[in-house]
Amino acid sequence: MTALTIEGLTVRYPLGAGRVLTAVDGASLSLKRGEIHALVGESGAGKTTIGAAVMGLIDPPGEITAGRILIEGKPIAEVRLGADIGAVFQDPMTSLNPLFRVESQLAEGLRHHLKLSARAARARSVELLTAVGIADPERCLRSYPHQLSGGQRQRVVIAAALSCDPGLVVADEPTTALDVSIQAQILRLMRDLANQRGIGVLLVTHNMGVVAEIADTVSILHRGRIVEQGPVASVLRTPQDAYAQALIGAVPRIDRRLTRFPVPGAQDPVADTARTALQRHTIARTSGAMIEVENLVVEYRSGGPFARKSFRAVDGVSFRINAGEVFGLVGESGCGKTTTAHVIAGLIRPTSGVVKFAGAAQTTSRARPVQMVFQDPYASLNPRLRVGRMLAEPILFYRLARTVADAEHDVATLLQAVGLDATAAERFPHAFSGGQRQRLAIARALGARPRVLICDEPTSSLDVSVQAQILNLLKDLRDATGLTLLLISHDLAVIRQMCDRIGVMQAGKIVELSKAETLFLAPAHAYTKSLLAAVPSLDALDRRGL
Amino acid sequence: MRLPLSVLIAAVVALLIILAAALAPWIAPTDPTDLRSLNLLNAEIPPMWTAEGDARFWLGTDNQGRDLVSAILYGARVSIAIGLAAVAASAVIGIALGLLAGYLGGWVDAVISRVGDVILSFPTILLALLVAGLARAFVPQGQMTVWMPFILVGAITIHDWVQYARTVRGSTLVERAKDYVRAVRVIGLPAHRIMLGHILPNVISPVLVIATINLAGAVLTEATLSFLGVGMPPTYPSLGTLIRIGNEFVFSGIWWIALFPAVTLVILVLAVNVLGDWLRDRFNPKLRGRE
Repeated sequence: MTALTIEGLTVRYPLGAGRVLTAVDGASLSLKRGEIHALVGESGAGKTTIGAAVMGLIDPPGEITAGRILIEGKPIAEVRLGADIGAVFQDPMTSLNPLFRVESQLAEGLRHHLKLSARAARARSVELLTAVGIADPERCLRSYPHQLSGGQRQRVVIAAALSCDPGLVVADEPTTALDVSIQAQILRLMRDLANQRGIGVLLVTHNMGVVAEIADTVSILHRGRIVEQGPVASVLRTPQDAYAQALIGAVPRIDRRLTRFPVPGAQDPVADTARTALQRHTIARTSGAMIEVENLVVEYRSGGPFARKSFRAVDGVSFRINAGEVFGLVGESGCGKTTTAHVIAGLIRPTSGVVKFAGAAQTTSRARPVQMVFQDPYASLNPRLRVGRMLAEPILFYRLARTVADAEHDVATLLQAVGLDATAAERFPHAFSGGQRQRLAIARALGARPRVLICDEPTSSLDVSVQAQILNLLKDLRDATGLTLLLISHDLAVIRQMCDRIGVMQAGKIVELSKAETLFLAPAHAYTKSLLAAVPSLDALDRRGL
Repeated sequence: MRLPLSVLIAAVVALLIILAAALAPWIAPTDPTDLRSLNLLNAEIPPMWTAEGDARFWLGTDNQGRDLVSAILYGARVSIAIGLAAVAASAVIGIALGLLAGYLGGWVDAVISRVGDVILSFPTILLALLVAGLARAFVPQGQMTVWMPFILVGAITIHDWVQYARTVRGSTLVERAKDYVRAVRVIGLPAHRIMLGHILPNVISPVLVIATINLAGAVLTEATLSFLGVGMPPTYPSLGTLIRIGNEFVFSGIWWIALFPAVTLVILVLAVNVLGDWLRDRFNPKLRGRE
């Protein structure tokens, strides 16, 4: 039975001044009960808009200008959101009301739509929570959302979506805010629920691994149009459309290592020349240790003077980064990887332990030997500074250029080295896209002529194709200048593509440290094994026998 | 963006008063501070449109025979100058202390914030009275006219800097935690360059709004102090001083000495306040796009 039919859906947003944004342009798809259909695409592709249209949540001035949506054969106007369609959103913290207990939030839909008595609603809530794998449903019902973990919260949201036995669930990035191991559990749960209860799931996601993991059919969106549609195996393995091919090619693979990510477009000769020019800044490649971290401990204290509580964010971490290598730190949120990076960058003083720089003795300038690139390029660039001034600041401060004209020349070289036009110096950061901003952040870090570049989740907030470009850029810069890189990521596939040696962190400790190939082919520690098993990736197709 | 009519009117009125005050020495008929030009025979002449009015004195004269138009222009000049200076001093001190408290944290923050709390627990006028009253005791009698404006600026600033410091401290705490500040810290820039070059431009807009609203407050505080007799002396009157002088004669039927300076003060403060309110709403992201 068909859970959802979309025919020629077009959604438009007036932008003012007579211009119109066509967010979705003639999209059609059909979804059977028990089937998971994935809508994938990069930001702005229109996938979330389709999800919102199905739930009847297109807010004015947005407007459905053509096409129709049928839910189990009924037009959308006759459908009750919450009863006939369940919704699961990205962030379980904000999709639950923090002021009410789980019980009242679950019971609300049951009592309103199914007209159940308080007792019947409670019994049904317990049943639902058990179905979504909550171990102690009675206790969960009495809890407030903040008392639950992220994974438990998302299970509660799913239970609420299922509460009135809908034929269709729309899940918009349901696992994006979760750690990999929790993500794997939630994905398995959604697959099981689709199979057992015969629910059609419209899964909106940007993560190709998630698609490979649980979807049956998939639509790839590009600028509002569906460019490729079909069974998951054929779309992911043999895409026909050029954009779909590029998009799938740009997904970092965890099963084998490539030298570069395939990105459409040829190499830029200007960038190559500029990168060679940067070599002047770095001293001849050295071997041996660049950074030695010994027994690093970072403790955070909280509570009053009488009830001191302390939390060890980093708990006795030791490792060595060799000159010219790419060292990876990987782990789930809260494992202490960013704190470790901040200590090395000099942003936090450690409670105990030392960080030694071999490279520092060899640099002649006073400039700091370590620079950093941050996760969110929208927060890491000062919105009030022109790019040129921002990039020139370290150069002038450390007198790395003799005159202002020399500094401007250096800025132009830096911009070209990261693949931007030298005229970018005139503009403010808001004139650039996310990927371009991250290039600017890299240029700024290189301006102080570091020996070591720390990249903290440098691509986590970027689209896959942009991520591929940034990772290629980091590789090229490393090859051109002999920079040492410390790459921090929660994404094992990215780590695999980039790193020579890898440290796996869990709860403030490094549980495994080995060469990249060894780690991925023969992981030693149980935690590493479970992490690797949990990562959604394209090779899931093989595991599913598709 | 369209300016509401009320804001447009307020802007024009405020600009006119401020311009007229600034140009007082060139446009005022007489110089009210020049004692030689005064003639007691001209004292207490009512406005020109009344029966006993004199065409030379449009708004009449005060008890010493000073032309009220000139006195108001010169008085507004003094009031506005003191108000602007007090706002500037408060803003500079408040921004500096707010940046230090927010950026450095720890005991620096504790000291600045607690001192601010203590000061805010006193009413503005009480503190200003205390400072102005005390300072008067130390100024030699003959030099009161020279020193009084500075004393008044100090008396207003001692209370008003706290509001700037608190606002800037709060925004600094937010900005400090952003990655662009971390990035310049990693570059190794010294704290003063990070505070002035990077954080300040990002926290300044609310300060401009407070400054506008506080300008009206500072002018009022100055007028109050002068009205109470601890402000500008009668030989060099501000608007507040003129109202005080006029106040003694109101019940004798000589209403114009108090009324015209008071009306000027009210119009000025109202206009500046309307501008300030509008600016505050403009800079409030929650109200944006409602128009």
